[in-house]
Amino acid sequence: MKKYTFTEKKDTRSGFGAGLSELGKSNPNVVALCADLTGSLKMDAFAKDHPERFFQIGIAEANMIGIAAGLTIGGKIPFTGTFANFSTGRVYDQIRQSVAYSGKNVKICASHAGLTLGEDGATHQILEDLGLMKMLPGMVVINPCDFNQTKAATIAIASHEGPVYLRFGRPTVPNFTPADQKFEIGKAVMLNEGTDVTIFATGHLVWKAIEAGEQLAAQGISAEIINIHTIKPLDNTAVINSAKKTRCVVTAEEHQMNGGLGDSIAQLLARELPTPIEMVAVNDSFGESGTPDQLMTKYGLDAVNIVEAVNKVLKRK
Amino acid sequence: MASTAELERIVSQVRRDIVRQVHAVNSGHPGGSLGCAEYFVSLYFEIMKHNPSNFTMDGKNEDLFFLSNGHISPVFYSVLARSGYFPVAELATFRKLNSRLQGHPTTHEGLPGVRVASGSLGQGMSVAIGAALAKKLNKDTSIVYTLHGDGELQEGQIWEAAMYASAKKVDNLISTVDMNGQQIDGSTDQVLPMGSLRAKFEAFGWDVMDLEKGNEMGSVVATLKKAKEHTGKGKPVMILMKTEMGNGVDFMMGSHKWHGVAPNDEQLAQALNQNAETLGDY
Ligand SMILES: Cc1ncc(C[n+]2csc(CCOP(=O)(O)OP(=O)(O)O)c2C)c(N)n1
Ligand SMILES: [Mg+2]
Repeated sequence: MKKYTFTEKKDTRSGFGAGLSELGKSNPNVVALCADLTGSLKMDAFAKDHPERFFQIGIAEANMIGIAAGLTIGGKIPFTGTFANFSTGRVYDQIRQSVAYSGKNVKICASHAGLTLGEDGATHQILEDLGLMKMLPGMVVINPCDFNQTKAATIAIASHEGPVYLRFGRPTVPNFTPADQKFEIGKAVMLNEGTDVTIFATGHLVWKAIEAGEQLAAQGISAEIINIHTIKPLDNTAVINSAKKTRCVVTAEEHQMNGGLGDSIAQLLARELPTPIEMVAVNDSFGESGTPDQLMTKYGLDAVNIVEAVNKVLKRK
Repeated sequence: MASTAELERIVSQVRRDIVRQVHAVNSGHPGGSLGCAEYFVSLYFEIMKHNPSNFTMDGKNEDLFFLSNGHISPVFYSVLARSGYFPVAELATFRKLNSRLQGHPTTHEGLPGVRVASGSLGQGMSVAIGAALAKKLNKDTSIVYTLHGDGELQEGQIWEAAMYASAKKVDNLISTVDMNGQQIDGSTDQVLPMGSLRAKFEAFGWDVMDLEKGNEMGSVVATLKKAKEHTGKGKPVMILMKTEMGNGVDFMMGSHKWHGVAPNDEQLAQALNQNAETLGDY
């Protein structure tokens, strides 16, 4: 098992803020909109440095999505920022008609996704956003795993022409990917080559997959670990090649099982290469208040759950 | 400068285009379309600075128009075609398979003249504000226009947008409400009375103008010209335009019944009898 280390734990939303700040300096067409959550989204540096290109919309997310769509007419590249729940479910029809169907170059940037939002509870813990967004034709869906990757993804999506959903979170997590990484939309990242099983993980579950890989190695199980930062378009080649090699698969994500990463991979494998698969995800349930760690444990999204899923899927091989 | 008589001749043809499009596929929305014919003709043939033969999405240094009540696509398509955005013959494809003239307007098939999809009500003002803000960033002094139905104002997003536009001084925006007093289930007063829209928009910080005779060409042109003079003064401009749903076709006037119903053969003949062919049917 390849050794991964980190010097610092950082929140992915700060990676977004850092990426946006850099874009502010490098790309004069980038504009940012926020619905009264500038601090939470770490957009304050951009707002301070480029007040003429920052739009404080107020608590009116539907209006924010519409204004963002309009700003693309005239060549701007708008980045909207609010919590994941208010970035998707709250404004689904606005995104569908004014952004996706209209083919507008809007970047919907969503923080506090999933259970790790913590104490605010289920009203805010959206676990359906990846599914909602990936169903929209033409929408790119990205869920990076740490600070560095979120920063790189933020910068990369500015040069992609078309609508993008970028999902990140609130808690600090190990910042282990290279600061100078090149982020390629739709390209899976091989973290560990293995032979017995493949773990496909996204977002906060990527580090947990690495922890699980270490525990599995101690048990003599060789796990291939792949970071799927882009849910859509899915890196079909990477998924199929790895499944061909290991012949069993575990997926891991902070999302409902319905509509998430596991669902996309199962769909692909069912069509191309039927393979036993287990999914670490929330199983048709809302979240609740608690600390992020408590919630990840209670809802079965820890390294130990990935290890369990691997042991289960190995028996089905 | 076109004369009022010339513009009225165009309106007569546009009314024919509307009822013929809707009749051909036995679907679509003639009522609101007919009521807004004068408005569209004034905008596209007299008021807006635009470039129909060379449509670009960004519309740099051009005035832009956004139709928020997308169901009145028949009047929009007729006026776009008649002003040169695409061949008039294409009106015959309205709502048919593989057409660029979808039931509700969209950019998806690349129809020149359309800059955003509409149909789900309530979204157009926000989009127009975004386009108006982009114009300001680009130091482009042209104007952004929107049209809304009065029933559409029951959507909350309209008021989010209205609040934003005045608070942030989006003063290169002229919105118009088609005050026909009708929506699908009945009159707006039956469905959800909205009280004084003048008082509401004034309270929201808009510069509000009444257009009492929205089906009288001279009044429409004069009001739109006046509205233009009111731009650039720190407030978004609102025109409350009274119209008659189904205007120009006698049996379609006076109720909500023709909001979204197509005429049959006999009714089509009657409607065409009442509106002379002035520019040649497609
Ligand atoms: C969000 C949304 N809800 C409902 C509808 C269905 N609908 C289409 S037109 C209409 C009535 C609109 O009334 P108004 O804006 O006054 O237009 P008019 O009937 O006068 O043309 C409704 C309810 C819709 N298109 N979008
Ligand atoms: Mg109406």
